[in-house]
Amino acid sequence: MGHKLYLYPKWLRIWHFINLMLFFILIATGLSMHYSAASGWLVSSTGKAVSNVENGNFLMDFMTAVKWHNIAAIILCFNYLFYLIANSYTGNVRYYNIKEQALLKKIFIQARYYAYGMFKGEPHPFPVNEERKFNPLQKTTYFITMYVLMPLLVLSGIGLFFPELIPDKIFGLSGLLVNSLIHITVGYFLSLFMIVHIYICTLGVTPSTLFKGMINGYHEVH
Amino acid sequence: MKAIVFILFFVLRVVVNIPDVRGQDDGSADTDSLAARYAGYEDNEKCFTCHGGTIYEFTNPESGKKMRRLMPKSRVLSKKAFYNSVHHNFSCTDCHSYEFNTFPHPSELIFEEYMNCIDCHGGDEQFAEYHFDEIQKEFEKSVHYSQEGNGFSCWKCHNPHTYVPIARRTEDITTVVKISNNMCLNCHTNEEELRLFSGAKELDVSSAHDWLPNQTLHFQSVRCIECHTQINDTVMVAHLVLPKAKAVQKCNECHSQNSILMATLYKFKAKEERRTSGFLNGIIINESYVIGANRNKKLNTLSIVIMLATLGGILIHLVLRLIFIKNTKHGT
Ligand code: HEM
Ligand code: HEM
Repeated sequence: MGHKLYLYPKWLRIWHFINLMLFFILIATGLSMHYSAASGWLVSSTGKAVSNVENGNFLMDFMTAVKWHNIAAIILCFNYLFYLIANSYTGNVRYYNIKEQALLKKIFIQARYYAYGMFKGEPHPFPVNEERKFNPLQKTTYFITMYVLMPLLVLSGIGLFFPELIPDKIFGLSGLLVNSLIHITVGYFLSLFMIVHIYICTLGVTPSTLFKGMINGYHEVH
Repeated sequence: MKAIVFILFFVLRVVVNIPDVRGQDDGSADTDSLAARYAGYEDNEKCFTCHGGTIYEFTNPESGKKMRRLMPKSRVLSKKAFYNSVHHNFSCTDCHSYEFNTFPHPSELIFEEYMNCIDCHGGDEQFAEYHFDEIQKEFEKSVHYSQEGNGFSCWKCHNPHTYVPIARRTEDITTVVKISNNMCLNCHTNEEELRLFSGAKELDVSSAHDWLPNQTLHFQSVRCIECHTQINDTVMVAHLVLPKAKAVQKCNECHSQNSILMATLYKFKAKEERRTSGFLNGIIINESYVIGANRNKKLNTLSIVIMLATLGGILIHLVLRLIFIKNTKHGT
Protein backbone atom coordinates (compact mmCIF):
# COMPACT_ATOMS: atom_id res chain seq x y z
CA MET A 1 0.00 0.00 0.00
CA GLY A 2 3.11 2.18 0.30
CA HIS A 3 3.45 5.56 -1.34
CA LYS A 4 6.56 7.13 -2.74
CA LEU A 5 8.53 10.24 -1.87
CA TYR A 6 10.98 11.84 -4.28
CA LEU A 7 13.90 12.19 -1.88
CA TYR A 8 17.00 11.55 -3.98
CA PRO A 9 17.32 14.17 -6.71
CA LYS A 10 19.28 13.39 -9.83
CA TRP A 11 22.41 15.34 -8.90
CA LEU A 12 22.57 13.41 -5.63
CA ARG A 13 22.23 10.07 -7.33
CA ILE A 14 24.92 10.92 -9.83
CA TRP A 15 27.24 12.12 -7.07
CA HIS A 16 26.51 9.04 -5.04
CA PHE A 17 27.13 6.66 -7.89
CA ILE A 18 30.46 8.24 -8.82
CA ASN A 19 31.37 8.34 -5.16
CA LEU A 20 30.82 4.66 -4.57
CA MET A 21 32.68 3.62 -7.70
CA LEU A 22 35.63 5.75 -6.61
CA PHE A 23 35.48 4.25 -3.14
CA PHE A 24 35.87 0.77 -4.55
CA ILE A 25 38.94 1.86 -6.49
CA LEU A 26 40.41 3.82 -3.59
CA ILE A 27 39.94 1.03 -1.08
CA ALA A 28 41.39 -1.64 -3.37
CA THR A 29 44.39 0.47 -4.35
CA GLY A 30 44.88 1.81 -0.80
CA LEU A 31 44.91 -1.69 0.62
CA SER A 32 47.31 -2.79 -2.08
CA MET A 33 49.77 -0.07 -1.14
CA HIS A 34 49.39 -0.61 2.56
CA TYR A 35 49.84 -4.37 2.45
CA SER A 36 52.38 -4.34 -0.36
CA ALA A 37 54.47 -7.53 -0.46
CA ALA A 38 54.37 -10.76 1.42
CA SER A 39 55.45 -11.26 4.99
CA GLY A 40 58.94 -12.04 6.22
CA TRP A 41 61.82 -9.70 6.92
CA LEU A 42 64.45 -8.95 4.39
CA VAL A 43 66.75 -8.57 7.33
CA SER A 44 66.86 -11.78 9.28
CA SER A 45 67.17 -11.92 13.04
CA THR A 46 70.94 -12.21 12.84
CA GLY A 47 71.07 -8.89 11.05
CA LYS A 48 72.08 -10.52 7.80
CA ALA A 49 70.36 -9.38 4.68
CA VAL A 50 68.52 -12.19 3.00
CA SER A 51 69.06 -11.63 -0.67
CA ASN A 52 66.72 -12.49 -3.50
CA VAL A 53 63.61 -12.14 -1.41
CA GLU A 54 60.75 -12.01 -3.85
CA ASN A 55 58.70 -8.98 -3.11
CA GLY A 56 55.17 -9.95 -3.89
CA ASN A 57 52.35 -7.62 -4.77
CA PHE A 58 49.09 -7.34 -2.92
CA LEU A 59 46.13 -7.23 -5.30
CA MET A 60 48.14 -5.31 -7.92
CA ASP A 61 51.50 -3.85 -8.77
CA PHE A 62 52.48 -0.98 -6.46
CA MET A 63 52.92 1.46 -9.30
CA THR A 64 49.52 0.59 -10.70
CA ALA A 65 48.00 1.09 -7.29
CA VAL A 66 49.60 4.51 -6.93
CA LYS A 67 48.44 5.55 -10.38
CA TRP A 68 44.83 4.52 -9.93
CA HIS A 69 44.65 5.76 -6.38
CA ASN A 70 45.82 9.14 -7.64
CA ILE A 71 43.37 9.24 -10.51
CA ALA A 72 40.43 8.19 -8.38
CA ALA A 73 41.51 10.55 -5.59
CA ILE A 74 41.56 13.59 -7.84
CA ILE A 75 38.13 12.78 -9.24
CA LEU A 76 36.87 12.18 -5.71
CA CYS A 77 38.07 15.60 -4.60
CA PHE A 78 36.05 17.28 -7.32
CA ASN A 79 33.11 15.01 -6.74
CA TYR A 80 33.16 15.88 -3.07
CA LEU A 81 33.41 19.57 -3.84
CA PHE A 82 30.42 19.17 -6.12
CA TYR A 83 28.51 17.46 -3.32
CA LEU A 84 29.32 20.23 -0.84
CA ILE A 85 28.13 22.93 -3.20
CA ALA A 86 25.05 21.12 -4.48
CA ASN A 87 24.04 19.95 -1.04
CA SER A 88 23.99 23.50 0.27
CA TYR A 89 22.62 25.06 -2.89
CA THR A 90 19.66 22.69 -3.18
CA GLY A 91 18.93 22.77 0.53
CA ASN A 92 19.38 18.99 0.83
CA VAL A 93 21.81 19.84 3.61
CA ARG A 94 18.87 20.52 5.94
CA TYR A 95 18.39 16.78 6.38
CA TYR A 96 21.84 16.64 7.91
CA ASN A 97 21.09 19.15 10.62
CA ILE A 98 22.16 17.51 13.85
CA LYS A 99 21.28 20.45 16.08
CA GLU A 100 18.27 18.78 17.52
CA GLN A 101 16.77 18.39 20.95
CA ALA A 102 17.86 15.26 22.79
CA LEU A 103 19.73 13.90 19.80
CA LEU A 104 21.67 11.33 21.80
CA LYS A 105 18.50 9.94 23.26
CA LYS A 106 16.93 9.70 19.82
CA ILE A 107 20.00 7.95 18.49
CA PHE A 108 19.68 5.47 21.28
CA ILE A 109 16.02 4.89 20.49
CA GLN A 110 16.90 4.23 16.85
CA ALA A 111 19.74 1.90 17.80
CA ARG A 112 17.45 0.02 20.13
CA TYR A 113 15.00 -0.36 17.29
CA TYR A 114 17.65 -1.88 15.01
CA ALA A 115 18.92 -4.17 17.75
CA TYR A 116 15.63 -5.22 19.26
CA GLY A 117 12.43 -3.43 18.31
CA MET A 118 12.40 -4.36 14.66
CA PHE A 119 12.45 -8.05 15.49
CA LYS A 120 9.43 -7.55 17.70
CA GLY A 121 7.57 -5.85 14.91
CA GLU A 122 7.56 -2.49 16.68
CA PRO A 123 6.71 0.50 14.52
CA HIS A 124 9.54 2.58 13.11
CA PRO A 125 10.39 5.23 15.73
CA PHE A 126 11.23 7.94 13.18
CA PRO A 127 9.27 7.28 9.99
CA VAL A 128 10.52 8.95 6.84
CA ASN A 129 8.66 11.96 5.48
CA GLU A 130 9.48 15.03 3.39
CA GLU A 131 10.91 16.81 6.37
CA ARG A 132 12.74 13.85 7.77
CA LYS A 133 14.67 11.89 5.20
CA PHE A 134 17.05 10.37 7.74
CA ASN A 135 16.45 8.97 11.19
CA PRO A 136 18.62 10.55 13.94
CA LEU A 137 21.22 7.80 13.90
CA GLN A 138 21.46 7.86 10.12
CA LYS A 139 21.60 11.63 10.07
CA THR A 140 24.42 11.77 12.58
CA THR A 141 26.37 9.11 10.72
CA TYR A 142 25.93 10.88 7.39
CA PHE A 143 26.92 14.18 8.97
CA ILE A 144 30.09 12.75 10.46
CA THR A 145 30.88 10.93 7.24
CA MET A 146 30.33 13.80 4.88
CA TYR A 147 31.36 16.79 6.98
CA VAL A 148 34.06 15.42 9.27
CA LEU A 149 35.65 12.30 7.79
CA MET A 150 35.52 13.21 4.11
CA PRO A 151 37.27 16.58 4.63
CA LEU A 152 39.93 14.86 6.71
CA LEU A 153 40.38 12.21 4.05
CA VAL A 154 40.64 14.72 1.24
CA LEU A 155 42.98 17.04 3.14
CA SER A 156 45.31 14.28 4.30
CA GLY A 157 45.19 12.88 0.76
CA ILE A 158 46.23 16.25 -0.62
CA GLY A 159 49.00 16.19 1.98
CA LEU A 160 50.18 12.90 0.53
CA PHE A 161 50.11 14.40 -2.94
CA PHE A 162 52.07 17.46 -1.92
CA PRO A 163 54.30 16.40 0.97
CA GLU A 164 55.95 19.82 0.94
CA LEU A 165 52.71 21.23 2.36
CA ILE A 166 53.00 19.18 5.52
CA PRO A 167 54.99 20.54 8.46
CA ASP A 168 58.18 18.55 9.11
CA LYS A 169 57.17 17.77 12.64
CA ILE A 170 53.75 17.41 14.21
CA PHE A 171 53.74 16.76 17.97
CA GLY A 172 57.38 15.79 17.70
CA LEU A 173 56.61 13.10 15.16
CA SER A 174 57.36 13.17 11.48
CA GLY A 175 54.67 15.24 9.77
CA LEU A 176 54.50 12.70 6.97
CA LEU A 177 53.78 10.00 9.48
CA VAL A 178 51.00 11.88 11.25
CA ASN A 179 49.41 12.85 7.95
CA SER A 180 49.55 9.29 6.66
CA LEU A 181 48.14 7.90 9.87
CA ILE A 182 45.21 10.29 9.61
CA HIS A 183 44.70 9.28 6.00
CA ILE A 184 44.76 5.56 6.63
CA THR A 185 42.66 5.75 9.77
CA VAL A 186 40.01 7.94 8.20
CA GLY A 187 40.06 5.84 5.01
CA TYR A 188 39.58 2.79 7.17
CA PHE A 189 36.62 4.21 9.09
CA LEU A 190 35.00 5.34 5.86
CA SER A 191 35.38 1.84 4.49
CA LEU A 192 33.80 0.54 7.67
CA PHE A 193 31.02 3.07 7.25
CA MET A 194 30.44 1.88 3.71
CA ILE A 195 30.01 -1.73 4.77
CA VAL A 196 27.54 -0.91 7.51
CA HIS A 197 25.85 1.62 5.25
CA ILE A 198 25.27 -0.97 2.56
CA TYR A 199 23.88 -3.40 5.09
CA ILE A 200 21.56 -0.87 6.69
CA CYS A 201 20.32 -0.04 3.21
CA THR A 202 18.92 -3.57 2.99
CA LEU A 203 16.50 -2.73 5.78
CA GLY A 204 14.00 -1.09 3.45
CA VAL A 205 10.50 -2.28 2.67
CA THR A 206 12.20 -5.12 0.89
CA PRO A 207 15.99 -5.61 0.97
CA SER A 208 16.33 -3.99 -2.44
CA THR A 209 13.92 -1.09 -2.04
CA LEU A 210 16.42 1.49 -0.85
CA PHE A 211 18.92 0.62 -3.56
CA LYS A 212 16.22 1.05 -6.16
CA GLY A 213 15.45 4.38 -4.53
CA MET A 214 19.02 5.48 -5.01
CA ILE A 215 18.62 4.63 -8.68
CA ASN A 216 15.22 6.10 -9.49
CA GLY A 217 15.07 8.74 -6.79
CA TYR A 218 11.93 7.55 -4.98
CA HIS A 219 11.81 6.44 -1.41
CA GLU A 220 9.12 3.90 -0.76
CA VAL A 221 7.18 4.27 2.48
CA HIS A 222 4.72 1.67 3.61
CA MET B 1 64.21 42.17 27.26
CA LYS B 2 67.67 42.19 25.74
CA ALA B 3 69.06 43.66 28.95
CA ILE B 4 67.48 40.95 31.04
CA VAL B 5 68.89 38.25 28.85
CA PHE B 6 72.27 39.88 29.02
CA ILE B 7 72.21 40.12 32.80
CA LEU B 8 70.99 36.56 33.11
CA PHE B 9 73.71 35.41 30.83
CA PHE B 10 76.28 37.34 32.77
CA VAL B 11 75.13 35.90 36.09
CA LEU B 12 75.10 32.45 34.60
CA ARG B 13 78.59 32.90 33.31
CA VAL B 14 79.88 33.92 36.67
CA VAL B 15 78.07 31.10 38.41
CA VAL B 16 78.89 28.20 36.15
CA ASN B 17 81.88 29.72 34.46
CA ILE B 18 80.74 29.34 30.87
CA PRO B 19 83.42 30.52 28.48
CA ASP B 20 82.27 33.46 26.45
CA VAL B 21 82.05 32.11 22.95
CA ARG B 22 79.95 34.84 21.42
CA GLY B 23 81.49 36.29 18.33
CA GLN B 24 84.32 33.85 18.44
CA ASP B 25 85.60 32.73 15.09
CA ASP B 26 85.19 28.94 14.96
CA GLY B 27 88.31 26.81 14.28
CA SER B 28 90.75 29.55 13.58
CA ALA B 29 90.63 31.57 16.77
CA ASP B 30 91.66 29.44 19.68
CA THR B 31 95.07 28.59 18.31
CA ASP B 32 96.66 27.58 21.58
CA SER B 33 94.15 24.94 22.48
CA LEU B 34 94.19 23.55 18.95
CA ALA B 35 97.94 23.26 19.15
CA ALA B 36 97.60 21.41 22.41
CA ARG B 37 95.01 19.07 21.02
CA TYR B 38 96.31 18.11 17.61
CA ALA B 39 99.66 16.47 17.13
CA GLY B 40 100.41 17.90 13.72
CA TYR B 41 99.12 21.34 14.43
CA GLU B 42 102.32 23.35 14.34
CA ASP B 43 103.69 21.64 11.25
CA ASN B 44 100.41 22.09 9.49
CA GLU B 45 100.22 25.80 10.19
CA LYS B 46 102.88 26.33 7.56
CA CYS B 47 100.72 24.68 4.93
CA PHE B 48 97.51 26.33 6.08
CA THR B 49 99.08 29.75 5.72
CA CYS B 50 98.58 29.39 1.99
CA HIS B 51 96.17 26.46 1.63
CA GLY B 52 93.78 27.52 4.37
CA GLY B 53 92.13 30.21 2.26
CA THR B 54 91.37 31.21 -1.28
CA ILE B 55 94.13 33.84 -1.47
CA TYR B 56 97.77 33.36 -0.63
CA GLU B 57 100.63 35.79 -0.35
CA PHE B 58 104.37 35.57 -0.68
CA THR B 59 107.30 37.87 -1.18
CA ASN B 60 109.07 37.64 -4.48
CA PRO B 61 112.72 37.00 -3.53
CA GLU B 62 113.98 38.65 -6.72
CA SER B 63 112.05 41.89 -6.69
CA GLY B 64 111.28 41.91 -2.97
CA LYS B 65 107.67 42.67 -3.88
CA LYS B 66 104.73 41.22 -2.00
CA MET B 67 102.50 39.18 -4.28
CA ARG B 68 98.92 38.00 -3.89
CA ARG B 69 97.54 35.02 -5.79
CA LEU B 70 94.35 33.03 -5.96
CA MET B 71 94.62 29.49 -4.63
CA PRO B 72 92.89 27.01 -7.00
CA LYS B 73 89.75 25.70 -5.34
CA SER B 74 90.88 22.11 -5.34
CA ARG B 75 93.94 23.11 -3.32
CA VAL B 76 92.06 24.93 -0.57
CA LEU B 77 91.33 23.16 2.69
CA SER B 78 89.26 24.50 5.54
CA LYS B 79 91.20 24.27 8.75
CA LYS B 80 88.07 23.80 10.77
CA ALA B 81 86.87 20.95 8.59
CA PHE B 82 90.26 19.29 8.78
CA TYR B 83 90.44 19.39 12.56
CA ASN B 84 86.90 18.09 12.81
CA SER B 85 87.65 15.19 10.51
CA VAL B 86 88.72 11.70 11.49
CA HIS B 87 92.26 12.40 10.31
CA HIS B 88 92.69 15.47 12.48
CA ASN B 89 95.75 14.12 14.22
CA PHE B 90 97.89 13.88 11.13
CA SER B 91 100.53 16.16 9.78
CA CYS B 92 100.11 17.07 6.15
CA THR B 93 103.46 15.49 5.43
CA ASP B 94 102.38 12.18 6.93
CA CYS B 95 100.61 11.60 3.65
CA HIS B 96 102.13 14.21 1.35
CA SER B 97 105.77 14.34 0.38
CA TYR B 98 108.08 15.92 2.87
CA GLU B 99 109.39 18.06 0.06
CA PHE B 100 106.26 20.15 0.15
CA ASN B 101 107.92 21.87 3.06
CA THR B 102 109.88 23.98 0.59
CA PHE B 103 108.29 26.91 -1.15
CA PRO B 104 107.87 27.18 -4.07
CA HIS B 105 107.10 23.45 -4.14
CA PRO B 106 109.42 21.46 -6.41
CA SER B 107 107.69 20.79 -9.71
CA GLU B 108 108.29 17.01 -9.69
CA LEU B 109 105.81 16.85 -6.85
CA ILE B 110 103.10 16.96 -9.45
CA PHE B 111 103.87 13.24 -9.93
CA GLU B 112 103.06 12.48 -6.33
CA GLU B 113 100.67 9.56 -6.14
CA TYR B 114 97.85 9.87 -3.69
CA MET B 115 97.34 7.14 -1.19
CA ASN B 116 94.05 5.32 -1.02
CA CYS B 117 92.10 4.31 2.07
CA ILE B 118 93.32 0.78 1.76
CA ASP B 119 97.00 1.84 1.80
CA CYS B 120 96.71 2.65 5.49
CA HIS B 121 93.56 0.79 6.47
CA GLY B 122 94.14 -2.50 4.68
CA GLY B 123 94.05 -5.21 7.33
CA ASP B 124 93.63 -2.47 9.90
CA GLU B 125 92.69 -4.09 13.21
CA GLN B 126 91.98 -0.85 14.96
CA PHE B 127 89.19 -0.04 12.55
CA ALA B 128 88.10 -3.58 11.87
CA GLU B 129 84.43 -2.71 12.33
CA TYR B 130 84.62 -0.49 9.25
CA HIS B 131 85.60 -3.46 7.07
CA PHE B 132 87.92 -1.50 4.79
CA ASP B 133 89.06 -4.58 2.92
CA GLU B 134 85.51 -5.60 2.18
CA ILE B 135 84.75 -2.09 0.96
CA GLN B 136 87.78 -2.22 -1.32
CA LYS B 137 86.55 -5.52 -2.75
CA GLU B 138 83.12 -4.04 -3.34
CA PHE B 139 84.61 -0.99 -5.00
CA GLU B 140 86.61 -3.24 -7.30
CA LYS B 141 83.38 -4.83 -8.46
CA SER B 142 81.54 -1.56 -8.91
CA VAL B 143 81.01 0.38 -12.10
CA HIS B 144 83.23 3.12 -10.76
CA TYR B 145 86.21 0.80 -10.76
CA SER B 146 86.29 0.72 -14.56
CA GLN B 147 87.44 4.33 -14.36
CA GLU B 148 90.17 3.58 -11.91
CA GLY B 149 92.78 3.96 -14.64
CA ASN B 150 91.55 7.49 -15.23
CA GLY B 151 92.05 8.30 -11.61
CA PHE B 152 88.80 7.30 -10.00
CA SER B 153 89.55 6.54 -6.38
CA CYS B 154 88.05 6.70 -2.91
CA TRP B 155 88.82 10.43 -2.92
CA LYS B 156 86.22 11.12 -5.57
CA CYS B 157 83.56 10.65 -2.92
CA HIS B 158 85.43 10.80 0.37
CA ASN B 159 87.73 13.69 0.98
CA PRO B 160 90.33 12.36 3.40
CA HIS B 161 90.91 15.87 4.74
CA THR B 162 87.34 16.38 5.85
CA TYR B 163 85.99 12.87 6.27
CA VAL B 164 83.48 12.21 9.04
CA PRO B 165 81.67 8.84 9.29
CA ILE B 166 78.34 10.54 8.99
CA ALA B 167 76.10 7.48 8.77
CA ARG B 168 77.36 6.29 12.14
CA ARG B 169 77.51 9.59 13.92
CA THR B 170 74.34 11.32 12.88
CA GLU B 171 71.02 10.59 14.45
CA ASP B 172 69.24 12.50 11.77
CA ILE B 173 68.65 10.38 8.69
CA THR B 174 67.76 13.40 6.55
CA THR B 175 71.26 14.77 7.03
CA VAL B 176 72.80 11.43 6.15
CA VAL B 177 70.71 11.33 3.00
CA LYS B 178 71.63 14.84 1.99
CA ILE B 179 75.35 14.40 2.44
CA SER B 180 75.36 11.03 0.76
CA ASN B 181 73.38 12.20 -2.25
CA ASN B 182 75.52 15.26 -2.65
CA MET B 183 78.51 12.97 -3.05
CA CYS B 184 76.92 11.39 -6.09
CA LEU B 185 75.50 14.59 -7.50
CA ASN B 186 78.82 16.38 -7.19
CA CYS B 187 79.98 14.47 -10.22
CA HIS B 188 76.77 13.27 -11.76
CA THR B 189 75.38 16.74 -12.30
CA ASN B 190 78.72 18.31 -13.05
CA GLU B 191 79.89 18.05 -16.60
CA GLU B 192 83.53 18.82 -15.87
CA GLU B 193 83.84 16.21 -13.19
CA LEU B 194 81.98 13.70 -15.24
CA ARG B 195 84.10 14.27 -18.32
CA LEU B 196 87.13 13.30 -16.32
CA PHE B 197 85.87 9.74 -16.41
CA SER B 198 83.48 9.33 -19.26
CA GLY B 199 82.36 11.03 -22.39
CA ALA B 200 78.95 11.51 -20.85
CA LYS B 201 77.46 14.96 -20.96
CA GLU B 202 75.93 16.40 -17.85
CA LEU B 203 73.34 13.91 -16.76
CA ASP B 204 69.85 15.11 -16.20
CA VAL B 205 69.33 13.17 -13.01
CA SER B 206 65.86 14.52 -12.65
CA SER B 207 64.48 13.35 -15.98
CA ALA B 208 66.26 10.01 -15.65
CA HIS B 209 64.05 9.48 -12.60
CA ASP B 210 60.87 10.75 -14.16
CA TRP B 211 59.13 7.48 -13.52
CA LEU B 212 59.46 7.97 -9.77
CA PRO B 213 56.35 9.51 -8.20
CA ASN B 214 57.02 12.30 -5.73
CA GLN B 215 60.60 12.60 -6.93
CA THR B 216 61.61 15.41 -4.60
CA LEU B 217 60.43 13.57 -1.55
CA HIS B 218 62.24 10.44 -2.65
CA PHE B 219 65.47 12.37 -3.21
CA GLN B 220 65.18 13.96 0.23
CA SER B 221 64.33 10.77 2.03
CA VAL B 222 66.52 8.06 0.56
CA ARG B 223 70.01 7.87 -0.79
CA CYS B 224 70.91 7.17 -4.40
CA ILE B 225 72.77 4.11 -3.20
CA GLU B 226 69.60 2.55 -1.83
CA CYS B 227 68.68 1.56 -5.37
CA HIS B 228 72.00 1.77 -7.17
CA THR B 229 74.13 -0.61 -5.11
CA GLN B 230 74.08 -4.22 -4.20
CA ILE B 231 73.24 -4.78 -0.56
CA ASN B 232 76.10 -6.05 1.55
CA ASP B 233 75.65 -7.67 4.94
CA THR B 234 78.99 -6.78 6.37
CA VAL B 235 79.68 -3.21 5.49
CA MET B 236 77.63 -0.36 6.79
CA VAL B 237 77.31 1.47 3.49
CA ALA B 238 77.26 -0.58 0.31
CA HIS B 239 79.96 0.39 -2.19
CA LEU B 240 79.17 -1.95 -5.03
CA VAL B 241 77.59 0.55 -7.37
CA LEU B 242 75.69 -1.35 -10.04
CA PRO B 243 75.27 -0.57 -13.72
CA LYS B 244 72.21 1.49 -14.50
CA ALA B 245 70.19 -1.45 -15.76
CA LYS B 246 70.54 -3.30 -12.49
CA ALA B 247 69.18 -0.52 -10.28
CA VAL B 248 66.12 -1.22 -8.19
CA GLN B 249 63.03 -0.18 -10.08
CA LYS B 250 60.28 -2.04 -8.33
CA CYS B 251 58.46 0.14 -5.82
CA ASN B 252 57.83 -2.65 -3.40
CA GLU B 253 61.46 -3.44 -2.88
CA CYS B 254 61.23 -0.52 -0.48
CA HIS B 255 57.48 -0.15 -0.11
CA SER B 256 56.83 -3.41 1.59
CA GLN B 257 57.02 -5.07 4.90
CA ASN B 258 60.39 -6.52 4.05
CA SER B 259 61.68 -3.24 2.77
CA ILE B 260 65.28 -3.20 1.58
CA LEU B 261 65.60 0.08 3.44
CA MET B 262 65.97 -1.96 6.60
CA ALA B 263 69.16 -3.42 5.17
CA THR B 264 70.40 -0.15 3.72
CA LEU B 265 69.44 3.29 4.96
CA TYR B 266 68.10 2.12 8.29
CA LYS B 267 70.63 -0.61 8.78
CA PHE B 268 72.54 0.96 11.61
CA LYS B 269 69.40 2.02 13.39
CA ALA B 270 67.79 -1.31 12.69
CA LYS B 271 70.56 -3.15 14.47
CA GLU B 272 70.28 -0.85 17.47
CA GLU B 273 66.54 -1.11 17.54
CA ARG B 274 66.41 -4.85 17.24
CA ARG B 275 68.77 -5.13 20.15
CA THR B 276 66.70 -2.91 22.38
CA SER B 277 63.11 -3.64 21.45
CA GLY B 278 63.05 -6.40 18.90
CA PHE B 279 60.62 -4.28 16.93
CA LEU B 280 61.73 -3.41 13.46
CA ASN B 281 59.44 -1.16 11.56
CA GLY B 282 59.39 1.27 14.42
CA ILE B 283 62.50 2.91 13.12
CA ILE B 284 61.17 4.08 9.84
CA ILE B 285 58.12 5.27 11.67
CA ASN B 286 59.89 7.96 13.63
CA GLU B 287 61.98 9.32 10.81
CA SER B 288 59.72 9.52 7.86
CA TYR B 289 56.92 7.57 6.35
CA VAL B 290 57.30 4.82 3.83
CA ILE B 291 54.00 3.62 2.43
CA GLY B 292 53.77 -0.12 2.72
CA ALA B 293 56.76 -0.40 5.03
CA ASN B 294 55.44 1.50 7.99
CA ARG B 295 53.14 -1.07 9.23
CA ASN B 296 52.18 -0.90 12.82
CA LYS B 297 51.31 -4.45 13.66
CA LYS B 298 49.10 -3.53 16.58
CA LEU B 299 47.08 -1.02 14.60
CA ASN B 300 46.68 -3.45 11.74
CA THR B 301 45.52 -6.19 14.04
CA LEU B 302 43.12 -3.80 15.71
CA SER B 303 41.73 -2.73 12.36
CA ILE B 304 41.15 -6.32 11.33
CA VAL B 305 39.50 -7.13 14.66
CA ILE B 306 37.12 -4.17 14.34
CA MET B 307 36.37 -5.12 10.75
CA LEU B 308 35.60 -8.72 11.72
CA ALA B 309 33.49 -7.58 14.66
CA THR B 310 31.49 -5.36 12.34
CA LEU B 311 30.98 -8.14 9.81
CA GLY B 312 30.08 -10.49 12.65
CA GLY B 313 27.53 -8.01 13.96
CA ILE B 314 26.01 -7.71 10.51
CA LEU B 315 25.86 -11.48 10.17
CA ILE B 316 24.14 -11.89 13.52
CA HIS B 317 21.66 -9.19 12.63
CA LEU B 318 20.95 -10.85 9.33
CA VAL B 319 20.34 -14.21 10.97
CA LEU B 320 18.04 -12.64 13.56
CA ARG B 321 16.15 -10.93 10.76
CA LEU B 322 15.68 -14.22 8.96
CA ILE B 323 14.46 -15.90 12.13
CA PHE B 324 12.17 -13.22 13.51
CA ILE B 325 10.90 -11.41 10.49
CA LYS B 326 9.27 -13.88 8.16
CA ASN B 327 7.80 -11.03 6.28
CA THR B 328 10.71 -8.74 5.53
CA LYS B 329 8.49 -5.79 4.76
CA HIS B 330 9.17 -3.33 7.53
CA GLY B 331 10.99 -0.30 6.17
CA THR B 332 13.58 1.96 7.71
C1 HEM C 1 38.03 5.62 0.75
C2 HEM C 1 38.92 6.43 0.37
C3 HEM C 1 40.40 6.22 0.57
C4 HEM C 1 41.07 5.20 1.15
C5 HEM C 1 40.49 3.95 1.80
C6 HEM C 1 42.46 5.50 1.06
C7 HEM C 1 43.48 4.70 1.54
C8 HEM C 1 44.79 4.91 1.32
C9 HEM C 1 45.82 4.05 1.75
C10 HEM C 1 45.62 2.79 2.58
C11 HEM C 1 46.99 4.55 1.31
C12 HEM C 1 48.36 3.94 1.50
C13 HEM C 1 48.99 4.52 2.70
C14 HEM C 1 49.70 3.45 3.47
O1 HEM C 1 49.16 2.38 3.68
O2 HEM C 1 50.80 3.70 3.91
C15 HEM C 1 46.70 5.76 0.60
C16 HEM C 1 47.64 6.56 -0.02
C17 HEM C 1 47.35 7.74 -0.64
N1 HEM C 1 46.10 8.34 -0.72
FE1 HEM C 1 44.39 7.52 -0.16
N2 HEM C 1 42.63 6.69 0.42
C18 HEM C 1 41.38 7.17 0.11
C19 HEM C 1 41.08 8.36 -0.49
C20 HEM C 1 42.01 9.28 -0.91
C21 HEM C 1 41.72 10.59 -1.37
C22 HEM C 1 40.34 11.19 -1.44
C23 HEM C 1 42.90 11.17 -1.70
C24 HEM C 1 43.22 12.54 -2.25
C25 HEM C 1 42.57 13.60 -2.11
C26 HEM C 1 43.93 10.21 -1.47
C27 HEM C 1 45.27 10.41 -1.72
C28 HEM C 1 46.24 9.51 -1.42
C29 HEM C 1 47.60 9.67 -1.81
C30 HEM C 1 48.18 10.85 -2.59
C31 HEM C 1 48.29 8.57 -1.33
C32 HEM C 1 49.80 8.29 -1.48
C33 HEM C 1 50.05 7.32 -2.56
C34 HEM C 1 49.69 7.86 -3.91
O3 HEM C 1 50.28 8.86 -4.35
O4 HEM C 1 48.78 7.28 -4.51
N3 HEM C 1 43.36 9.07 -0.97
N4 HEM C 1 45.35 5.96 0.62
C1 HEM D 1 28.31 0.23 -2.76
C2 HEM D 1 28.29 1.27 -2.02
C3 HEM D 1 27.06 2.04 -1.58
C4 HEM D 1 25.75 1.71 -1.69
C5 HEM D 1 25.13 0.45 -2.25
C6 HEM D 1 24.99 2.79 -1.12
C7 HEM D 1 23.62 2.85 -1.05
C8 HEM D 1 22.89 3.93 -0.62
C9 HEM D 1 21.48 4.02 -0.59
C10 HEM D 1 20.55 2.89 -1.01
C11 HEM D 1 21.15 5.22 -0.10
C12 HEM D 1 19.74 5.75 0.11
C13 HEM D 1 19.21 5.39 1.45
C14 HEM D 1 19.57 6.39 2.47
O1 HEM D 1 19.36 7.60 2.26
O2 HEM D 1 20.10 5.97 3.51
C15 HEM D 1 22.35 5.93 0.16
C16 HEM D 1 22.39 7.21 0.65
C17 HEM D 1 23.59 7.84 0.99
N1 HEM D 1 24.84 7.31 0.86
FE1 HEM D 1 25.35 5.55 0.10
N2 HEM D 1 25.85 3.76 -0.72
C18 HEM D 1 27.14 3.33 -0.97
C19 HEM D 1 28.29 3.98 -0.72
C20 HEM D 1 28.36 5.21 -0.09
C21 HEM D 1 29.57 5.87 0.23
C22 HEM D 1 30.97 5.33 -0.03
C23 HEM D 1 29.21 7.04 0.83
C24 HEM D 1 30.08 8.15 1.36
C25 HEM D 1 31.30 8.12 1.67
C26 HEM D 1 27.79 7.11 0.86
C27 HEM D 1 27.07 8.15 1.39
C28 HEM D 1 25.72 8.26 1.35
C29 HEM D 1 24.99 9.42 1.78
C30 HEM D 1 25.61 10.68 2.37
C31 HEM D 1 23.64 9.16 1.54
C32 HEM D 1 22.50 10.10 1.78
C33 HEM D 1 22.37 11.00 0.60
C34 HEM D 1 21.26 11.99 0.75
O3 HEM D 1 20.12 11.60 0.56
O4 HEM D 1 21.56 13.14 1.08
N3 HEM D 1 27.29 5.97 0.29
N4 HEM D 1 23.41 5.11 -0.15
